[in-house]
Amino acid sequence: MAGATRGMVRRYAQDLRMVPSWRARGFLVALFALYLWLPFQLDDFWASVLTLAGITAIGALGLNMLTGYTGQPSLGTAAFIGLGAFTASYLGRPEDFGGLEWPFLAYLAVAIVLGAVVGFVVGVPALRLRGNYLIIATLGLVFVALYVFKSWEEVTGGNSGVPMPLEVNLLGLDFANLDIFGETLGRNQSLFFLVWAFVALTALLCKNVVRTRAGRALQAVRDRDVAAEVVGVSLFRTKVGAFVLSSAIASAAGVFYGIWIQYLVPDDQSLGLNLSIQYLAIIIVGGIGTIYGPILGALLVGAMPALIDEFAGQLPLVSESATESGISKPALKALLYAVLIIVFLVTEPNGLGGIWRRIRDYFASWPLSR
Amino acid sequence: MKFPQLFASGAALGAVYALVGLGFVVIYRATGVINFAQAGMVVLGAFLVYGATTTLDLSFWLALLVAMGLGALLGIVLERVVLRRMIGRPVYAVILVTVGLLLLVEPVVTTIWENPATNIETPWGLGKVTIGSVNILQVDVATVVIAGTVLGAFFAFFRYTKYGVAMRATAIDQEAALAQGINVQRIVALSWAIAGVVAVLAGTMLGSGAGPATGLGVGIGIISLKALPAVVLGGLDSPLGAVVGGLLIGITEVLMAGYQNDVLPFLPDGFAAVMPWVVMLIVLLVRPYGLFGTRDVRRI
Repeated sequence: MAGATRGMVRRYAQDLRMVPSWRARGFLVALFALYLWLPFQLDDFWASVLTLAGITAIGALGLNMLTGYTGQPSLGTAAFIGLGAFTASYLGRPEDFGGLEWPFLAYLAVAIVLGAVVGFVVGVPALRLRGNYLIIATLGLVFVALYVFKSWEEVTGGNSGVPMPLEVNLLGLDFANLDIFGETLGRNQSLFFLVWAFVALTALLCKNVVRTRAGRALQAVRDRDVAAEVVGVSLFRTKVGAFVLSSAIASAAGVFYGIWIQYLVPDDQSLGLNLSIQYLAIIIVGGIGTIYGPILGALLVGAMPALIDEFAGQLPLVSESATESGISKPALKALLYAVLIIVFLVTEPNGLGGIWRRIRDYFASWPLSR
Repeated sequence: MKFPQLFASGAALGAVYALVGLGFVVIYRATGVINFAQAGMVVLGAFLVYGATTTLDLSFWLALLVAMGLGALLGIVLERVVLRRMIGRPVYAVILVTVGLLLLVEPVVTTIWENPATNIETPWGLGKVTIGSVNILQVDVATVVIAGTVLGAFFAFFRYTKYGVAMRATAIDQEAALAQGINVQRIVALSWAIAGVVAVLAGTMLGSGAGPATGLGVGIGIISLKALPAVVLGGLDSPLGAVVGGLLIGITEVLMAGYQNDVLPFLPDGFAAVMPWVVMLIVLLVRPYGLFGTRDVRRI
């Protein structure tokens, strides 16, 4: 019997369960083992790529709470990434670079709180906006934030940017140069440990919000906000709460982004519209309204530019720079990225998660599957 | 004598915003979604005209005509091949598809035209009209005149022709329009064609140096995105609002760039470029559906 009703939720306690099956538990243990093993095997390039993918996954998890679970689309993520990165830079960089030289946990905490506060300030007026208008308003936010970043030279270095030699000491471990299990790891491998631990922490937080009362309120607002209000869900608390949560998480992702990139220039390339689009694309490619979706999406979309950099040289018609004939690498990257977004949205609206569910269901009901 | 020059430049930029904005509004009314690819069509349009004048050696007017035809065709094809598959999906998913189309334009354009000229060759070039002691760029005058003519023609079309009336009916209620025997699919295709035509026109103007523009390049995509605040200012579903908002934003943006040190000396440089977005955010705070937009009524 257990086999036939495996996917069916029959009791409330079942719905609340964090890890639904033994198989899922085994999978998580395997992931944890992979997490401990992988950094020792990766070379610098791949460690750097996977660390960035983890950072992106954190931000995407945050956006997913707002867009996937509450139904409030936002193109404003880049503004909060920048907020987190520059807050961390100003508080954490050494005094020689005009910073305050705070320790890791202190600047991370302040960045998260600041993200939450700004999220509240943005979320309250955004209550009145819906759909198209909300998207354009959050898009406006990105341009305004970029202007502020460019102008506030004391904190951001203005047009020339600012270095971020931040110290990342936590629990007595230096995550810029980790000394663990009798081996010394490089910077990227050490950061991998730190970042993916935070991905797990963020995923846990999101899962806990989603499976409890607050999360059900979010989803009720997403599915029909007027009806949700009628049954007693406070629109103000839910929508603004979603904004606060997602901005705080995005700001935390910004802190890690700053640590990873080490030198940040506030311009259209680094913190502009493209970054926001990337986050929205990730949650849709991964599978919107799921916890694992943003992580899958971040791995795919985050690793793609690096993969193209690495392997595009072997393809025909690809040139190293824009001056030679044929399509240049940056152009190819942009082209594939755009095609990926369009193809996924048009043909697979549930993203990678949807593909995985179809495969799983096919084998679960085999030989009766179609 | 700074003011008349700035005003002319602002009016030209505003006319371009109005053209792009009209494209946004027309598609929004037909499909209920903002088409970010409109900004991509502007870039592509500019380069199509450039390609037709240089590679095919056509005269400017002929090239413009060919490019406008191609723009209309491309709009129809995009709707038919990509956007029609997205009917019934959440707004952000549809918008993201149009963003994907926008992202396609830059790599394609930079691959085909590797080292373009700085401007599209036009009959009026970069000459100036001198009235008394005032110099005004001819391209600014030409932009305002051409955009005014085209916008006038479109408003006459909306108001007096059978198809114009059908478009307005479709915008109000697609099902009711269907019941009256209107071919809604054809109206949607027509909307995309119109958007394509105005985008090519706007791109040509920007690419030939109208307003405080950078000339021919993929950067005009970002400039034309600023038609969005203009459109929101007027209300997403109001063509007249798009034109009024476009002119307003264009003129104030250029004036702000010229006079910022006198008016708002405490603000850092470059405020003019973000001013449209700031104005839009303030307007949305007060009126969430823009100045002339319709409030949507929702049922439980």
